[in-house]
Amino acid sequence: MSEAEHLAGGLADPVFDAQSAFRAVMAAMAEPGTVHAPGRLAGPPAPLSAVAATILTTLCDADTPVWLDPALAASEAVTAWIAFHAGSPVTANPVEAHFAFVTDPAAMPAFDGFGLGSHEYPDRSTTIVLQVAGFDGGEPLTLAGPGIETTRTFAPSPMPRNFTTQWAANQARFPRGVDLVLAGPDAVACLPRYTRLVPTED
Amino acid sequence: MNATAGAIATYNFAYLDEQTKRMIRRAILKGIAIPGYQVPFASREMPMPYGWGTGGVQVTASILGPDDTLKVIDQGADDTTNAISIRKFFQKTAGVATTTRTGDATVIQTRHRIPETPLKSGQVLVYQVPIPEPLRFLEPRETETRKMHALEEYGLMHVKLYEDIARNGHIATTYAYPVKVEGRYVMDPSPTPKFDNPKMHMSPALQLFGAGREKRIYAIPPFTRVVSLDFEDHPFTVQDFGRPCALCGAEHVYLDEVILDDAGGRMFICSDTDHCEERREAGHAGEMLAGEAAQ
Repeated sequence: MSEAEHLAGGLADPVFDAQSAFRAVMAAMAEPGTVHAPGRLAGPPAPLSAVAATILTTLCDADTPVWLDPALAASEAVTAWIAFHAGSPVTANPVEAHFAFVTDPAAMPAFDGFGLGSHEYPDRSTTIVLQVAGFDGGEPLTLAGPGIETTRTFAPSPMPRNFTTQWAANQARFPRGVDLVLAGPDAVACLPRYTRLVPTED
Repeated sequence: MNATAGAIATYNFAYLDEQTKRMIRRAILKGIAIPGYQVPFASREMPMPYGWGTGGVQVTASILGPDDTLKVIDQGADDTTNAISIRKFFQKTAGVATTTRTGDATVIQTRHRIPETPLKSGQVLVYQVPIPEPLRFLEPRETETRKMHALEEYGLMHVKLYEDIARNGHIATTYAYPVKVEGRYVMDPSPTPKFDNPKMHMSPALQLFGAGREKRIYAIPPFTRVVSLDFEDHPFTVQDFGRPCALCGAEHVYLDEVILDDAGGRMFICSDTDHCEERREAGHAGEMLAGEAAQ
């Protein structure tokens, strides 16, 4: 890669693009399972997706260690891009990561390998950003809990292995636990730790 | 670097720098993910004193965008000092549209009231909070209150409410009345009158709380169960004023007492000025207005 390649592809208008991306993530976090478009996207090197990179530049900076999955960590272009546009330290230890970025959810480590926070400080946990292909092609998930009036169904894919079992364990840990931000091709959805999965009615 | 036209060129959009906004935005997301839990954040000095809503202002500044319409209320009123100065602050630093109409606002910053007009999905209510810790006056040590929240040890709060009953025959707490959020965290709803507590329960709007001096942010997502603490034999009740608003005739709203003369004359009017104005525009009239019309 050329030396200046990682300089390109940041948010075109950092103040307003980050604001609209944050509002999309905030709305998605407040109403789990709803899908929100973040607005104008960043243009990162592959395999980091545009939506995941937009979330990264919106929320991460020098104060937030990030964990990258093997595909991202192996890409010099991605690590250089993150270093220039966010300045976040990359950590090899998922427990100390404030944010984790995952390109292949099916191959990711278990949720309990990330930072789960403590009972006194449940906020000191990892927010995991999963790159997904879409929100309607996978196994339907029926959600309940705060942010959802009755139930809400969506079907993101791909999802981590044994997702329903893993998520039930994560939810049972409340107030500790990880929060998921699902970065689709052009939109985000969230699964905060309090969201319950209820058996889908056929 | 990115001030909009008409805003002060030397300030960033909505006053705060981007790194501060990112820090506050991360705290807001954690707060939403753990409803009722107080997330510590690195509160900044704002160009107004503590106690004037610096926590709410920082939350508003971090979520506000150029497409938002902002409403600011102080004790329900759009036209009091605190509301006007914060509204002007954001007009100046963010150039956003402002309104007094509850229905037209996307972001509502409030000091100690929830509007009477029911909030809608997509709206964000930002509370200014002086003391975020509901257990603070029962246990002054932060290390202890933190442990009490961790262990869900809220017996002391029930003892406090019980002592109210023992002394006064009823729960005498009328504002900052403690609530339990989604069956887990006991939370201070900020010094709103307990009259507003039921409006927090299953609200379609997102509720964010900012405490500037105490450096805490917390949140209630939409459609979250918010239950006021009480006892089976002393259930939670809201204030009843036993009379309608003297100006618009509204019943079952929160009323302010206005002294009219030094001979005991007084009237009770809506604390929510927008609600009162909209009702009067729609032709409703309370006893004071009806009396004027008759003269």
